[in-house]
Amino acid sequence: MIIELGHFALILALAAAVLQGSLPMIGAARGDAAWMGLARPAAVVQLFLVVFAFCALTHAYVTSDFSVANVVQNSHSAKPMLYKITGVWGNHEGSMMLWILILALFGSAVAVFGGNLPPSLRARVLGVQAWIGIGFMAFTLFTSNPFLRVFPAPLDGEDLNPLLQDPGLAFHPPMLYAGYVGFSMAFSFAIAALIEGKVDAAWARWVRPWTLLAWAFLTGGIALGSWWAYYELGWGGWWFWDPVENVSFMPWLLGTALLHSAIVVEKRNALKTWTILLAILTFSLSLIGTFIVRSGVITSVHAFATDPERGFFILILLAIAIGGSLILFAVRAPALKAGGLFAPISREGGMVINNLFLSAACAAVFLGTLYPLFLEAVDGSKVSVGAPFFNATFVPLMVPLVFLMAIGPMLPWKRADLAGALARLKLAALAALFIAGLTWYLQAGGPILAVAAMGLAAWLFAGALVEWSDRVKLFRVAPGESWRRARNLPRSAHGMTLAHAGLAVVMAGIIGSSAWKSEVVTNLKPGETVEVAGYSLLFEGVGKLNGPNYTAERARFTVFRDGEEIALMFPEKRVYPVTAMPTTEAAIRTTLFSDLYVVIGEADGQGGWTVRVYHEPLVPWIWLGCLSMVIGGLTSLSDRRLRIGAPHRQHAAKPTSHPATA
Amino acid sequence: MTRKKRRLYIVAAALLVFGSATALVLTALDDSLDLFQSPSQIMASPPPPARGIRLGGLVEEGTVLRSADGLTVSFRVTDGAQSVPVRYQGILPDLFREGQGVITVGAMGPNGTFLANEVLAKHDENYMPREVVDALKASGRWQEGEGTSQ
Repeated sequence: MIIELGHFALILALAAAVLQGSLPMIGAARGDAAWMGLARPAAVVQLFLVVFAFCALTHAYVTSDFSVANVVQNSHSAKPMLYKITGVWGNHEGSMMLWILILALFGSAVAVFGGNLPPSLRARVLGVQAWIGIGFMAFTLFTSNPFLRVFPAPLDGEDLNPLLQDPGLAFHPPMLYAGYVGFSMAFSFAIAALIEGKVDAAWARWVRPWTLLAWAFLTGGIALGSWWAYYELGWGGWWFWDPVENVSFMPWLLGTALLHSAIVVEKRNALKTWTILLAILTFSLSLIGTFIVRSGVITSVHAFATDPERGFFILILLAIAIGGSLILFAVRAPALKAGGLFAPISREGGMVINNLFLSAACAAVFLGTLYPLFLEAVDGSKVSVGAPFFNATFVPLMVPLVFLMAIGPMLPWKRADLAGALARLKLAALAALFIAGLTWYLQAGGPILAVAAMGLAAWLFAGALVEWSDRVKLFRVAPGESWRRARNLPRSAHGMTLAHAGLAVVMAGIIGSSAWKSEVVTNLKPGETVEVAGYSLLFEGVGKLNGPNYTAERARFTVFRDGEEIALMFPEKRVYPVTAMPTTEAAIRTTLFSDLYVVIGEADGQGGWTVRVYHEPLVPWIWLGCLSMVIGGLTSLSDRRLRIGAPHRQHAAKPTSHPATA
Repeated sequence: MTRKKRRLYIVAAALLVFGSATALVLTALDDSLDLFQSPSQIMASPPPPARGIRLGGLVEEGTVLRSADGLTVSFRVTDGAQSVPVRYQGILPDLFREGQGVITVGAMGPNGTFLANEVLAKHDENYMPREVVDALKASGRWQEGEGTSQ
């Protein structure tokens, strides 16, 4: 009964979205306040209905209601409660419900907090938001309905893919989706602005926090996904340039560009047309990502069971959304008034360079990801583009970007003195040389490029700190005065420092784990020892273990360093009887500076086991750096001037205040 | 600084960045593409030794052999019509089994053996790599409805 009510609620939500997408738009065109006013209650009603539908589906999972087809296919009564709940979005239909839920949340946030938006802009933003919702709800109801019953109801379910039964994966999809869907806000604002024919600082002040929030979620979501791949797949890698990774990375690259260009619109009223285009493209890439992952056109772990009807539906949806918005852009963008002037060497100039490199990098990833599809369509040959392609294109584009990233924040708006900025970076240059020298000393014989790259990471890290300490006059005035200055600094300044320094830490982690990784694959009998990077691992044997819904073979290793016992490690091989699927559970011992990573393979039947051991220097820094970037984003978001709603009231009349803050 | 001049600077910078990106993409595409081949295609026209190949098909029943050191595995990959011997050193994926679909990534060795440096098996019970399905269809070994997804 509850499931039917959920189904019905989703249909009603679709109706509410149609109302929200039509009448307020017409009202905005006619200047009819009453019709425009419909958008807000409609968005809130839509949210309540979607929440109800989502809860109904979750209820079916929690109570293991096997008369619902979706539950049968993706759940099992013996599954732990956490995975019963996360199983809701661990499948195609349910993940669409999650997408719709997050979209409705964002939409009603505009309705609730958007009290000080101009009424026509608000009505149009909510209208566009509603159309996105209509597309996805129609898709779910017509091709991917999670509320269908099955008769007769089977006694038990088919269980969730064991690879997905993992805490890291439990929160990866919601965060990733919050990022994807968050960019729909920037998109809706861009489309509404094109219809209005007006982009100003107040507009940018609305777009920026939403973009920042979406960006922080997407950063977190990608990091969680990569962390999961690292410890769950048992390959010791954290990024494979797999199509599904790339499609989440592309909106991140463009979203990062958007984040920066929106600052220029807000502070300097320049780059308006470009920012609108970026907003459209960023969300388009989020949609393309959904299409690629959901339609199964590219082979991957995320390609749930698919059928051609769905792919076709998504393709139509994409064509309307992307094609329509680009046509609207082409028609309306020339009418936007050009903004403020700036010299090539200035904060604005720096942001332009940032945008150029980020969009070029995004284009390279896009080409590499879609080239196989394209080639197959043209001459039918099947190729795959692997990591070497991305390393050869993406990395060289990032190097100049990171180099300039330390300089950009030093430049004032409008016109800047490059020599002065570089002089302030003397300390960063020294730090870079020192770290490069230290790396050279510690890793005699290591790849020389890695030494240079570590220097570059140090340059960025020190550059970010120098910029921050200049602003609080650290060590130049009394500590109390510096503290006062730090407290008075806008939160967004702290946020930028955290995010930029975080990227430097991520870089160091990437370099460390790719340049100095050691790997040993061997066959061990109990009592034998394997040596890797100064550690000795004594293999003590394999025992049986029973989990809640799996059985496991668990190996025991004692780890020695310099003859001293420092740890015990227990890698496992699990078998989930319901799906008859084995998984590998790596044992990872982490210090802040490196990971020791052990995986067991198969028994050779003569008492020996295949064992793979990795030593991965600096790999934890990748996730620590990402965390710092997310915290940076959220810190910036908490800036009083960026607080949703507050800034508009105070600054709408005087858009170009607050020089030199980012 | 006029509007025109600024636009000129931006266009010049954009051309430079996107130009270099295009050059990078073109050179990289030239030498980092792996071509997917079925056993029949490899037998019909053996690829040059260094060419990166993804060989896909089914692991032929009864051909999986492990060497004495327990690390090197050899097996044959078949599409029903032809089969190619493969050698691989390392840990096999969890779902590697005889009679199941695999993709092996590597290059042809000197004596007609395919030397794999990566073996990919399907991720779950009802999933088969799309390329493998197409190869099996081409050799007539695939029946519609086999496996619930592709």
